[in-house]
Amino acid sequence: MSLSHAFFALIRRDLVLALRRRSEVANPIFFFILVITLFPLGIGAQPKLLQAIAPGIIWVSALLATMLSLDSLFRSDFDDGSLEQILLSPQPTSILVLAKVAAHWLVTGLPLLLVAPLLAIFLGMPGDALPILLGTLLLGTPVLSLIGAIGVALTIGLRRGGMILSLLVLPLYVPVLIFASNAVEMSSSGLPVSAQINILIAMLFMALVLAPWPTAAALKMSMN
Amino acid sequence: MRQQSTHLLEGSNLSCVRDDRILFEQLNFKLPAGHTLLLEGKNGSGKTSLLRILCGFREPDDGQVLWCGEVIEDSQYHADMAYVGHLDGVKKELTVLENLKVSLALGQPGTYSIQQALVKVHLSGYDDTLVQALSAGQKRRLSLARLLITHNVLWILDEPFTSLDKQGIALIETLMTEHCANGGCIVLTSHHDIDLPDVSVQRIHLS
Repeated sequence: MSLSHAFFALIRRDLVLALRRRSEVANPIFFFILVITLFPLGIGAQPKLLQAIAPGIIWVSALLATMLSLDSLFRSDFDDGSLEQILLSPQPTSILVLAKVAAHWLVTGLPLLLVAPLLAIFLGMPGDALPILLGTLLLGTPVLSLIGAIGVALTIGLRRGGMILSLLVLPLYVPVLIFASNAVEMSSSGLPVSAQINILIAMLFMALVLAPWPTAAALKMSMN
Repeated sequence: MRQQSTHLLEGSNLSCVRDDRILFEQLNFKLPAGHTLLLEGKNGSGKTSLLRILCGFREPDDGQVLWCGEVIEDSQYHADMAYVGHLDGVKKELTVLENLKVSLALGQPGTYSIQQALVKVHLSGYDDTLVQALSAGQKRRLSLARLLITHNVLWILDEPFTSLDKQGIALIETLMTEHCANGGCIVLTSHHDIDLPDVSVQRIHLS
């Protein structure tokens, strides 16, 4: 069977699995909503301040929500032996890894995009900045998933890999956070943002091309 | 397709060290088509480590594994082999049919269709049953059905008889005999005595 068949079969499998264990999958999105709704309560009645820090709040929450969901990327496959079978497939592992990450993003990244506009309005972000917010999330969250996949693959064999995982991936997440939240902030004040968007696009393509290989190699290493 | 008779698994000078303990060293074997290699030895003697080396999951600390005279690194080897390990490698939230379809998509189609394979392992009628509703023995038979639906020449089986009843064991032995008669070869570990009168069985005792 062809490579594309294997690619889509794997995405389909992960989507069906996500549908059958909904509560687990809903965790990161609940976290995202909770954190953002708690900020106005913590800060008090200061709409100006809230509006100013809204891009940062949304992006930091999105980043943490993605980190929270990372462990589920390969965990269940590792525990039940499916990962062994994926690695033994004659198809290139890096492409199969890409399928896993794509399915993971559809389940955890895409929902963030869907609720983000509502939360942005809730924080008082000007309407003009909404398309840019969605654009940065659309470009940025796949990068977070792709980079995270490398970290998860490296730590999956460790019993308590959570702490190391955050230390590994957080520094790599920082550029995405800086450019994305900066773009949203600038667009709120009506400034041009094409430079930041271009950099995010470049990051996405680089991650798409470069991340699956080390992930595949790290998974093989973790099988040892 | 290459000639069946050339299919040959060869281990030369294999050694494995784990936690400063030598599990085995200078291990040599040659497995022609149609033969079965049985690894024996007590718990912790390195049977599973050897199997994982043969799968390519683990690098041997010395020596090399050859498939058809070539070192096993290319994807051709993975297209020719299938592995059933300690873990069943099936998703408990998916149905029997969904699991087998994914396995089929990841490999290349083999001798049997999914339906034929399910009949062979006595799981026909369970197509739409979630795997979590199956018994341990049924799960094992499902993971063995994977061997039938994908193309493979070499089977690597780690304790394939675990949690199977007498009929299940007899069933797997029939499948193994059939596989060897068709020019395949098998490497397995087992605590049970295997009963394969029509197959030439080589034994390696690890101590």
